[in-house]
Amino acid sequence: MSTGIEHRFGPYGGQYVPETLMPALTELEEAWLEARVDPEFQARLSYLLHNYVGRPSPLYLAERISAEVGHPVYLKREDLNHTGAHKINNALGQTLLAKRMGKRRIIAETGAGQHGVATATACALLDLECIVYMGTEDIRRQLPNVQRMELLGATVVGVDAGARTLKEAVSAAIRDWVTNVGDTHYILGTAAGPAPYPALVRDLQRVIGDEARAQILEQAGRLPERVIACVGGGSNAIGIFTPFVADTEVKLIGVEPAGEGIETGRHGAPLTVGGPGGVLHGSFSAIMQDEDGQILEAHSISAGLDYPGSGPEHAWLRDQGRATYLAVTDRDALDAFARVARLEGIIPALESSHALSWLLANTDSELDLLCLSGRGDKDLVEALDKLGLTSKHGAGPV
Amino acid sequence: MSVAVSGSERIAEAFEAARADGRRAALMPYLMAGFPDLDRSRELARAYVEGGADLIELGVPFSDPLADGPVIHAAGVAALAGGVGVADALSVAREVADRVPVVAMCYANPILSRGLERFADMLAAVGASGLIVPDLPLEEAPATLAALDARGLALVPLVAPTTPDERLSQIGARARGFLYTVSVTGTTGERATNDGGLPAILARARAHTDVPVAVGFGIGTPQQAAAAAEAGADGVIIGSRLVRAAGETDAPVDAVRSLVAGFAAALAA
Repeated sequence: MSTGIEHRFGPYGGQYVPETLMPALTELEEAWLEARVDPEFQARLSYLLHNYVGRPSPLYLAERISAEVGHPVYLKREDLNHTGAHKINNALGQTLLAKRMGKRRIIAETGAGQHGVATATACALLDLECIVYMGTEDIRRQLPNVQRMELLGATVVGVDAGARTLKEAVSAAIRDWVTNVGDTHYILGTAAGPAPYPALVRDLQRVIGDEARAQILEQAGRLPERVIACVGGGSNAIGIFTPFVADTEVKLIGVEPAGEGIETGRHGAPLTVGGPGGVLHGSFSAIMQDEDGQILEAHSISAGLDYPGSGPEHAWLRDQGRATYLAVTDRDALDAFARVARLEGIIPALESSHALSWLLANTDSELDLLCLSGRGDKDLVEALDKLGLTSKHGAGPV
Repeated sequence: MSVAVSGSERIAEAFEAARADGRRAALMPYLMAGFPDLDRSRELARAYVEGGADLIELGVPFSDPLADGPVIHAAGVAALAGGVGVADALSVAREVADRVPVVAMCYANPILSRGLERFADMLAAVGASGLIVPDLPLEEAPATLAALDARGLALVPLVAPTTPDERLSQIGARARGFLYTVSVTGTTGERATNDGGLPAILARARAHTDVPVAVGFGIGTPQQAAAAAEAGADGVIIGSRLVRAAGETDAPVDAVRSLVAGFAAALAA
C-alpha cells in the first residue's frame, strides 16, 4: 500500500526496527499524511518559519569567493536561521507534528548540537518536555551547544558507549523510544532512519531548495551548474537537492567527511567509498561496515558529519548517477573554515566547511549554489585549537 | 538428532516434551556467544543444558543492538572486542545442538551483509534450528522467511505489547517454531516487577497463532519465570540475568549452571 511517503528509494530504505516501534512509525506516517495537506498546520508552520526562524533565508552572492574561483558562487544562508543552522526547519515541523499527535515528551539525538539546540528551542516554544542524547566526546567538543540546550530547558543525556559520538547517540535515542513510545515522539535530525523519517525530514527540509531555486532564478537569471552541500546523514543536502533533481542539467554534489583520509579508514564517507549497503538505525543504505557486518566507527573533526551511515535517498541518487558524492579531509575543511571567515566575514560550521573546501578546490563551473548549512560559532574552540590560532588574549570562557 | 527432522519440528518437539514431562513451561535461556570469551561461552552452553534448558537462544554479538538493554549490549561489545566473529559465535551452537534445539538471535545487518542464503547455510551447518532477528519486522521478513523455510529452519517473529490485533494475526500466521512475545514495552533487561498485564498479553498472542507462545524481556528471577508460566506462557526466556552472571566472576560456569537449575525448578510442576 503506497501512501505517497516513500518506504524505499530503489533498494534502499525500509523499516529495520524492533516490533515495539512499528505501530509508532505507522502512526507517524499517518499523522504526516494528514498534516502535510492540512491548511491549518501548513499555515502555522509557515508562520513560524517566517516570523520565528526568519525564512526565507537569504541567497548571497559571495563576491570574494566568486573572485577567487572565477565564477559566481551563491551561498544559501541557512546559518542565518534562528538557532544558526538548517536543523530548525525539521525540528520545528516535527515538534508541531508531535503536538498534533498528542505526544508530550520529545527525544532527539545530536552530534554537533545543532539539531539538539533546534529541538530544545522548538520544545521551549511549544512547551514540550525535551531530552537530547549526545555522545560524551561531542559534549566535549561542542560545549557551547550543550549550554544552550540546558538554558532552553532541555535535559542533555551523555552517551558513553562506543566512540561516544553521533552513532551511539542515535542508538540511545532509539532505545529510549522503544521504552517510552506511548507518550514520546522521536525527532530524528537527519534524512535517515526507518520510514517515514527519510521522506518526512526531506519534506521539511526541501524549503531550502525551493527558496534557493526561486532566488537564484531571480538573482542570476538561470539555474546553477552545480549545487553543493555537505553530507553526514544528509538532511541539508537532500533539502537543497530535491527541487533540482528534475533539472537534469544541474549537477548535484554531496561532500562527505574524509576525516584523516579515506585510505586510513578513519572517515565518515560511506557514499563516497561505495561497497555493499547495510542496515544501520532502521534503514538499508550506504554504511561503513566490516566484512562481518559489524558497523564501523566513523571519524570526522565535524561532529555533525561524524556518522557511519547515510540517508537512503542519497544512496539511490548516487546509484542512479543523479548525484555525485566525494569527500574532504579534516585538514582541508579546517583551512576552508579559516579562509571563508576572512574572505567573506562568515564563520561557517565545520560541517559546511567541507562543502566550501571542495568548491574552493574544484573551480571548473559557470555558476554554483552552495548550502551554507550552519554557522561556526560552536566550533571556535575546537577549530582554533586545531588551527593553532589561539587568541593572544587567552582562550576565554567556553 | 535425525537429519530428517527439521529445525521447526525440533523446536515443536522441545515444547511438547516439556509439557509431557509435566513442566509448566519450557525453559529457554539466552547465551551471548563469545562472552566472557569464546571458550567459556561454549562451557556455558553446556552448563545451560546441564542446568535444565529445553532450548537455547544463542545471541550473536552485534555492534549496534537496538533492542538490547545495557547488560546484553555490554556483553556483545566485549565479545566483539575479544575478536569474536559471526561464524565463531554461531559455532557455539555445535556444543549443544545435538541435545537441545538452538535458536540464534542475530541483528539484521550481519545476516544481510553475508546474504540470506549463505547465512541460512551457516545456521544449518552448525545444527541450529531457528533464527530470531530483533530488527526484522513483518514487512522486511519475507525473503528471510523463504530462505529459512527452504532449509526447514524456523524464523521466529517477535510481537510486542504495542502490536495491534490485526498485525498480530499477520505475524502469528507467519510464525515458525514459536512466537516470541515481548513482555514489556522496552529493551531487554531485568526488571523489579512485571506489570500485571502478562496474562492478557499472552492470551492475545495465543489467540493469533498456532505455534507455542514464549515470553521474554524482563524475566530475571525464578519467581518471575513461574509467574510467566502461570500467566500462560509455553516457554520462558531468561536473558540479562544469566549474561550478567556470566560476567561476574572469572569462573562463572558453576554459578550459571545453578542459576539455570533454579529457573528449571521454578518451572517444574
